[in-house]
Amino acid sequence: MKSRKLLLEHLDVPGIQGIEAYVKQGGYSTLEKALKKMSPDEVVEEVKKSGLRGRGGAGFPTGLKWSFLAKPEGIPRYLVCNADESEPGTFKDRYLMEKIPHLLVEGMILSSYALGANTSYIYIRGEFMYVLEILQKAIQEAYAKGYLGKNIFGSGFDHDLVVTPGGGAYICGEETALLESLEGKRGNPRIKPPFPAVKGLWASPTVVNNVESIAAVVPIVRDGGEAYASIGIGKSTGTKLISACGNLARPGVYEIELGLSVEEFIYGDDYCRGIANGKKLKACVPGGSSVPILPHFLVTKTAAGENRLMTYESLADGGFQSGSMLGSGGFIVFDEDQCIVRNTWNFTRFYAHESCGQCSPCREGTGWMEKVLHRLESGKGQMHDIDLLADINKKIEGNTICPLGDAAAWPVAAAIRHFREEFEWHVTHPEEAQKRNYGLIQQPVVA
Amino acid sequence: MSHSTKPIIAAEPVEFSAELLAKMEEAKNLFPDGKEKSALLKMLHLAQAEFGWVSVPTMDKIADLLSIQPVEVYEVATFYTMFHLEPVGKYVFEVCRTGPCMLVGSDQLIEHIGKKLNIGVGETTADGLFTLKTAECLGGCGYGPLLQCRHRFHEHLTAEKVDELMEQYRRGEIESGAL
Ligand SMILES: Cc1cc2nc3c(=O)[nH]c(=O)nc-3n(C[C@H](O)[C@H](O)[C@H](O)COP(=O)(O)O)c2cc1C
Ligand code: SF4
Ligand code: FES
Repeated sequence: MKSRKLLLEHLDVPGIQGIEAYVKQGGYSTLEKALKKMSPDEVVEEVKKSGLRGRGGAGFPTGLKWSFLAKPEGIPRYLVCNADESEPGTFKDRYLMEKIPHLLVEGMILSSYALGANTSYIYIRGEFMYVLEILQKAIQEAYAKGYLGKNIFGSGFDHDLVVTPGGGAYICGEETALLESLEGKRGNPRIKPPFPAVKGLWASPTVVNNVESIAAVVPIVRDGGEAYASIGIGKSTGTKLISACGNLARPGVYEIELGLSVEEFIYGDDYCRGIANGKKLKACVPGGSSVPILPHFLVTKTAAGENRLMTYESLADGGFQSGSMLGSGGFIVFDEDQCIVRNTWNFTRFYAHESCGQCSPCREGTGWMEKVLHRLESGKGQMHDIDLLADINKKIEGNTICPLGDAAAWPVAAAIRHFREEFEWHVTHPEEAQKRNYGLIQQPVVA
Repeated sequence: MSHSTKPIIAAEPVEFSAELLAKMEEAKNLFPDGKEKSALLKMLHLAQAEFGWVSVPTMDKIADLLSIQPVEVYEVATFYTMFHLEPVGKYVFEVCRTGPCMLVGSDQLIEHIGKKLNIGVGETTADGLFTLKTAECLGGCGYGPLLQCRHRFHEHLTAEKVDELMEQYRRGEIESGAL
């Protein structure tokens, strides 16, 4: 099944980075239509009808989020684009911004019109400074054409768009940390409530959306929310960018229609073309490093034996017991030679490194788990270390200001749940543990 | 934590060129009156691009330009991993070490570069040309193993490719990727 492309449709058009080629493909005509013929509320309505869910990871309905925006008189409102992209496994936003920067720029103006924001910001991770410059060029081009600035398309709507860099901190992807950072501060997440929709950037009502969510608003308004909702299955509507990495024959960014089977995504000719070097699949983390890992027998099928699909619901089927999450679409594949304990340690080290440090369960817990996992991984652990991890996990979960604590705890819990034998093997085979890995676990007999 | 635990070291006073000052002014002007502090990260990046690292006098000068307290700059500069708070080599190789890159050989790449340059992670070569650092996920996971140097990504690396890359940097053939 070849997927319909809504975001990457014009990817191969020569010069699509520039405004001339983009306009030739119909670029900015959706903005023109909206500004001339639709009220802001009508734009919000189309986004609601589309069923679009936030592409940054949480999957919260975008239209609904927009409708929560407080609109007090005389106070500016802001749209902030989250281009911090730093969830391990996720590299789709960079691709979109680098290849088709005007799609994001058009989406920003369009979404800002819907929200009544006269200024919007793109906060991009500092490591993407070259992408920032691509966006800046696109923004200048849009100003030159009158798509930004005063009285756009004679509609009376004024809009300014600014792009600004982070400085290297995963936590700044969390929306309130992002706002702190955008205010020129350390990226410490804020206590919610108040939510950004009420008190966001400089205490003004603010919507924070992911790059891909904002880009998707363009085809939604162009074709209508219903047309968008007709793609996909159930509450997983539209297309999604999946960034596939790890031991795949053809890693990369793919735009899929939600509802594609996981099997086809991993093995299909149009997608990843199977595991690299003819190896076997061992495990998969389908939605960025924060979501639960699935052992090979739960990747293409659910525990109930149904085909696993690339949808929010199907990937979560079975809950945390036997399911995972679509998350940000960071699809990480492990071949049979990979060590799950080592990977779990690596991810935990990441979270320990990236914890902002303001809540003790997260700051201390992630560091402690890292130490325990490192000792297990290097063959110096004890059996009770495995239970200790589960215990630390419970103490972090739900006891922190922002979800980074949970994001650090869940992957460890899932790895132990599915690969306990492999953790135990590291304890019972200390010497071998350092030289080779445990190999594939056996599929349990499903009644 | 991502933040530096190194003590902030003393350094010579700095002079900002007219060109740098103009860029900083431009960064400030992107934000509404009274909200110029939002330009702080950009200003730190600009200063680092100019001087190679961010010293205390540099931070003090930025505080001055923003009319904020120096500590407001220090606390930010120490929070974010991209700012070098001590002198580094001319070329800083930041190699991603996170899961997806590890799956395709980042550990081996880091080891290889270290051996080749005869330095450990965090160290600088005696000629002051290269510093080796590790980084957490750089947002290019499908193209690993990879490293970033002066705002440029170098992807799909192998031992041979990274050897050639070092030579190219030595010969001054690779321009900065941004700023
Ligand atoms: C630790 C952490 C990191 C996050 N990183 C990102 C990120 O890099 N990009 C992103 O769009 N959302 C990220 N999010 C989610 C944002 O907080 C927020 O939900 C999202 O930007 C909302 O946009 P959406 O509704 O369009 O998805 C992160 C959340 C957490 C807790
Ligand atoms: S959970 Fe961790 S990252 Fe989030 S606010 Fe607390 S310490 Fe910071
Ligand atoms: S894990 Fe290396 S770039 Fe993401």
